[in-house]
Amino acid sequence: MSRTVTKQRKMITTAAAWTIGLIIFFPIYWTILTSFKTEAQAINDPPLFFAFDWTLENYALVQERSDYMKFLWNSVIIAGGSTILGILVAIPAAWSMAFVPSKRTKDVLLWMLSTKMLPAVGVLYPISLIFVEFNLLDTRGGLVVVLMLINLPIIVWMLYTYFKEIPGEILEAARMDGATLKEEILYVLTPMAIPGIASTILLNFILAWNEAFWTLNLTAANAAPLTAFIASYSSPEGLFFAKLSAASTMAITPILILGWFSQKQLVRGLTFGAVK
Amino acid sequence: MATKASRSAARFMMAPAVVLLLGWMLVPLIMTLWFSFTKYLPLRGDSIDRGLDWVGFANYARFLSSSSFWPSVQTTLVMVGGVLLITLVLGILLAILLDQPMWGQGVVRILVIAPFFVMPTVSALVWKNMLMDPVNGIFAHLWRFFGAEPVAWLQDASLSSIIMIVSWQWLPFATLILLTAIQSLDSEQLEAAEMDGAPVLKRFWHIVLPHLARAITIVILIQTIFLLSIFAEIFVTTGGAFGTRTLTYLIFQRVIDSQNIGLGSAGGVYAIILANIVAIFLMRIVGKNLDA
Repeated sequence: MSRTVTKQRKMITTAAAWTIGLIIFFPIYWTILTSFKTEAQAINDPPLFFAFDWTLENYALVQERSDYMKFLWNSVIIAGGSTILGILVAIPAAWSMAFVPSKRTKDVLLWMLSTKMLPAVGVLYPISLIFVEFNLLDTRGGLVVVLMLINLPIIVWMLYTYFKEIPGEILEAARMDGATLKEEILYVLTPMAIPGIASTILLNFILAWNEAFWTLNLTAANAAPLTAFIASYSSPEGLFFAKLSAASTMAITPILILGWFSQKQLVRGLTFGAVK
Repeated sequence: MATKASRSAARFMMAPAVVLLLGWMLVPLIMTLWFSFTKYLPLRGDSIDRGLDWVGFANYARFLSSSSFWPSVQTTLVMVGGVLLITLVLGILLAILLDQPMWGQGVVRILVIAPFFVMPTVSALVWKNMLMDPVNGIFAHLWRFFGAEPVAWLQDASLSSIIMIVSWQWLPFATLILLTAIQSLDSEQLEAAEMDGAPVLKRFWHIVLPHLARAITIVILIQTIFLLSIFAEIFVTTGGAFGTRTLTYLIFQRVIDSQNIGLGSAGGVYAIILANIVAIFLMRIVGKNLDA
């Protein structure tokens, strides 16, 4: 039996939900809107919502001032590299824990999760020392490794919960048909695992893209990604709202779009499979 | 059945992940522990090569007795508690609302979860300038429109302002998890209660809330772990001034600004212990879920 809902009630809920949704979204909307204004219009009182001269000059200024493309490229390399590296390390581990579980599997999984709880600030200095020692400070390679290690527990966990859902009977059937281990992995498991792997990649790319402790503390001019690029706007300098907005819009748009595809995986990934 | 061969193959496949994480955990942890028992001031010429002086628990005692320690613990608790309270209460209400039939549900969902994908430095700077600036921010416009004096948010209400910013970032997470949990609620049970004439509040208290208990616990634990290490939001707004110095930020300042590694490391050990207390509870819940 489906619940009967009066039209009136549906209209009230719709209005309420849309109002709240728009309020929550407002700061993002306002940033995007302001990025197309001139600096004077950006601080106009009353605030301008529609009637202003749309301009792209802020985007040009931001690019000119600090070479946005370089930071974007750093973000892509660091987030993408750490995710791919993490996936490569995690797939075999998660595969073996899901399909050849032992008594200790659960302990290993929980221990991996526990490494995620280590407060970053507690180990900031040792990591910086190691970075200096190996000439990794302000390099993309160093950050790729650090972010990979930070997100590895989440990657393993997500993959594990996805792999767990692949029914074991299918593997047995394949084995009975005489499939070798290699064939089993290539033709049976991989096609079934691809959606899970794809969601894991997506969520971890987003997490790495937005990471703002190590990226701020371990980079300077060369390897700084967009998080650091934006932080450079933290000291005010005359009129800069429109430029700040343009820079922010460029930094968040790619991830907002990706994020919308990852709603479902977000819950599973960030609760370590405890809520699905 | 797993054969012996496949079992050793499995162990081999797990090795890279286990070794990497073990190194990532142990090496810096041991270094921090070691530094915390030494006098280590790099600016005064102390270095590992020349050997560090062992000072026992002096750093631990000094960190605890420093005048900024207790205020920082208090700030941390208020910040974590405030954000948890706001995100949970609003999250539950919002999840219930979003669970109702409506037009354009998908779009509203997207609007609500969007803040979660905004990088911390962006959300902090956008709030600080575009919304909270005492002269040109939207709030200042709004206050003036109603004839009120604009507030210098990040100076006069700094901690509440940061709580507001962080809550905005985490409300989507809480809402999404609680919504997922609500959607698994047996709607027939609710309908039966509705037909029996149970009032809305009673239905919420006796059916919805108990069903959400697990999701709420998970939201609390996971958010606590992330909130304890809030950094960028303070770094780009107040820089720890105006009573917004959390334990994490205090340690950061000891290590980076005053370059007192021994003292900062002792603080780091306290932070690690604090995080582990929370972690133990989280692991219990997640661990239970593994058996199911």
